[in-house]
Order: sequence, then C-alpha cells, then structure tokens
Amino acid sequence: MPDTPQARLVVNGTPRSFAGDPRRTLLDFLRLDLGLTGTKKGCDHGQCGACTVIVNGRRINACLSLVAMHDGDDVTTIEGLGSPEALSALQRAFVTHDGFQCGYCTPGQICSATAMLDELRAGWPSVVTEGLSGPSDPSDDELRERMSGNLCRCGAYSNIIAAIREVLQTEPREASA
Amino acid sequence: MREFTYSRAASLDQALGTHARPIAGATNLVDLMKLEVETPDALIDITRLDLSRIERAGDGVRIGALVPNADCAADPLIRRHWPVLSSAILAGASPQLRNKATTGGNLCQRTRCGYFTDLSTCCNKRTPGSGCDALKGVNHNHAILGTSDACIATYPGDMAVALAALDACVQIQGPDGMRQVPLREFHRLPGTAEAPDNVLQPGEIITAVTLPAPPPGRQIYRKVRERSSYAFALVSIAAVIKVESGLISHARLAFGGLAHKPWHDPAVEAALIGQPPGQAVFQRAADILLKDARGFGGNNFKIPLTRRTLAAVLIEATRD
Repeated sequence: MPDTPQARLVVNGTPRSFAGDPRRTLLDFLRLDLGLTGTKKGCDHGQCGACTVIVNGRRINACLSLVAMHDGDDVTTIEGLGSPEALSALQRAFVTHDGFQCGYCTPGQICSATAMLDELRAGWPSVVTEGLSGPSDPSDDELRERMSGNLCRCGAYSNIIAAIREVLQTEPREASA
Repeated sequence: MREFTYSRAASLDQALGTHARPIAGATNLVDLMKLEVETPDALIDITRLDLSRIERAGDGVRIGALVPNADCAADPLIRRHWPVLSSAILAGASPQLRNKATTGGNLCQRTRCGYFTDLSTCCNKRTPGSGCDALKGVNHNHAILGTSDACIATYPGDMAVALAALDACVQIQGPDGMRQVPLREFHRLPGTAEAPDNVLQPGEIITAVTLPAPPPGRQIYRKVRERSSYAFALVSIAAVIKVESGLISHARLAFGGLAHKPWHDPAVEAALIGQPPGQAVFQRAADILLKDARGFGGNNFKIPLTRRTLAAVLIEATRD
C-alpha cells in the first residue's frame, strides 16, 4: 500500500504542502485547504472554466486535476494576479468594461485571459487562425474561440471581449520571456 | 469518487505490468471517476516519465505520449508538415483541456455517450450484459457505421481522426517489450458487450505516436458540430488529397463521429484515386462510405450530413 500522497507546490509565490486523501482535487485544495476562494467551482467537470488557474504558466481546469499530481508545480490563482490596491491590467479592464454581471465566472475568465494573451504572444494557432500561423491582429472571433473554455451564464461576453481587447491593444506585443 | 491509492512512477519500468491505472492529463479519467463510471482502486501517476518530446524520426516524427495536445498543435514541425493534425487538435476541447490532455491519453478517451456516463441507465460498455439504452433513446450523436446490437457509442476524439489519415503508429510498451500498432487498428468496434475500447492491455503504456514522412497534397480537417467551439463532432473528416495532371493521385480520408473508432475505408480512397475531381466521383465515394450506414432514429441525419460534408471537403481539397 503506497503512503499517503504528498505534494509540495508554490501557490501565488508561497510554498505550500499537501498530504492527505488522493481524491483531493487542486480546486478543493485551493478553496478548502488554503482558503483561496477566488477560484470557483462551477460544473466540477471541466466544462465551464470557473475553476481556471495557471499552473507553470498554463491555464488549466483545477477541478479535473488531483493536487497530489502537482508536486513541484507553480500555481497562480486570481488572488496572485493582483490585489484590490494593485489590480492587474485585465482585472482593471474587466471593471472598466463591466465584463461581468454576477461575477461568479470572473476569476476563471481573468486567469484564462491572462494565459491566453501569453499564448497569443507565443504565436500559438487556433482553429480560427488562417493557415495555422499565430494571428497578428486577432479578430473578435479569434478571441471568442480562444476563450471558449470559459462560460458566462449572465452572457457578459461582449464586455469580456472588450476588456481583453483593451489590454491586447495597450500592452506591447512581444514574446513572453 | 471511490477511494484509490496513488503512486508516482519514477521510471517506465515501475509503471509497467501493474494493475494500477496510468494517469497523466487526468481530464477524462478524473471526470469519469467523479461520476463513478471509472472506479480504479489504484492510480499510477506517469507524468514524471521522459515521454514529453516531439522529435524527428527519419523523414517522420515521433510524438511522445505525454506531449500535451496544446504543444503538439503549436509545434512548428507539426504545423508545417502535418497541419491536419494541428487543425484536428485545435478543433477539439477547450484551451484549458488541451493544455493538460496528453497524446497517449487522448487516444484512450472514452465515449461521450450520455448513457455511458449515467449510472441509472443500461450500458453494455459500463456494465457488460446490462443492455444499451441508446439504441432506442436519445442517440442523435451516436454511430452509424460499425455498430452492434450491444453498443452504438462513438469514439469522440478529433486528434485520432487526423492520425488515422496520416498512417500513424502507436508505440506501446509492456512488461515483455515494445509493440507497434497502426493507429487504424488501435481502436476497436463494439462487437459484443464486453468489447474494450482499444487494444491496450492492462499493464501496458502508450509511449509515443509516430508519423511517417509528410504525405503529398493538401491536408484538411473539417468538423461539423452543434456549436462553433468546444463541442464534439457530429461528423468530422481528415483529408489528405493530391491532384496531379487533373487526376487525384493520392487520397487518405478518415472520419470522426461516425463509429466506435476513427473510421477508415480503403475502398473510399480507391474510388477517388486516378479519377478527375467532380461531383460524380465524390458522390460515388460517399456511396461506398455509407453503403452499410444505419441510423437509429435520432442520428439518421448523420447519413446525409456525412455525404454533404465529404463532398464539401473533397471540393476544397481538389480546388486549384
């Protein structure tokens, strides 16, 4: 019988450790063990994107991930992107453009969009991209496709796209380090 | 979720020959474990194994089993020489899922049949011998080719459809050594109730997918679905077609959403090769493809939809 699984990971810059039931998802670990309740549980099946967090620079669904599998990983949640006193550019833009109504999907939307902008800078293609070369000037259809893993039941999509577009146009387009 | 034990494999050998289920991207397995459709009593985490590289192999390429779908789709070599593979991957799932889902795990993705995931219904795949509620149930997204009285579920993936059109091979490591299985022979048809999804045996692990040299001609992946993103295929087609001197000289076609495996029919390709592109030839190819097609009520529409989608793909593939 294997020992109780253990994992040491960094969450928003702080070293954390896990030891316990291997059924613990990364989402429940963040919310219930660390009290980081910004990350939301929507469908709990990887369909809505409310639980999106950034692990080693990549956006993932925290609900479909076992925390025991994240030994050595670097996790960023909405709490790690900015603070009420110092909002990230996307957080500020979501406020400016009213990119939400109820706000439940917003942490996932912002984590997802943060990593999505890095994917754009890295030249990743999408199914909308002509010829599989990364788009130089992403259309709204392109942004919608790239944000398709995040549902908004209130239907704030047009304002979410406006918020993302503002950040896209104001931030220099350069490859991430 | 049922209880299970968890261990981490430090080497490939540790992961072979054990009854523990390998887990990597976890996107499909954890989902099904939450529903208690999957109830493994032991998991072995293989994410630390050195299987995450895409490397040239002769004129072809070897894609490690742990390469995330997102990385495979964005890889410059894949984009340049096997664009149908990039396109197929990008047509599936969401960016978050593609970041986690792996090449090997994606091949083992289980069906999205609603009865398979609903424990209150009869499903031979989930509970052999219990029957198939999809036969007379909500079956609009079920199979029309290669079905049996035991199961009409589809294999839901996109990546494997492109791999079937690219003559890919699956490298499988077991306790007794390595074997290679052509992608087209990896997934199985339902047959009897007890039929597993694929030929992978307990204790074996997929280590890589290999592609031969880039094929000649135009590569296209066309997916028809009920919304424009993040939905499974009603029908999808991976096509590799070359036209020379007014005649089709090379044709590879594989179909998703139609069967319990990526569907490939050499007779369809044979009907195209040596022929001038045109509706008569395309319709004859569709006749051959759909000769034994059978609808189950809700999915009858897939037969004409497949015919029209095939014609559209062939027009695009053979256009000047």
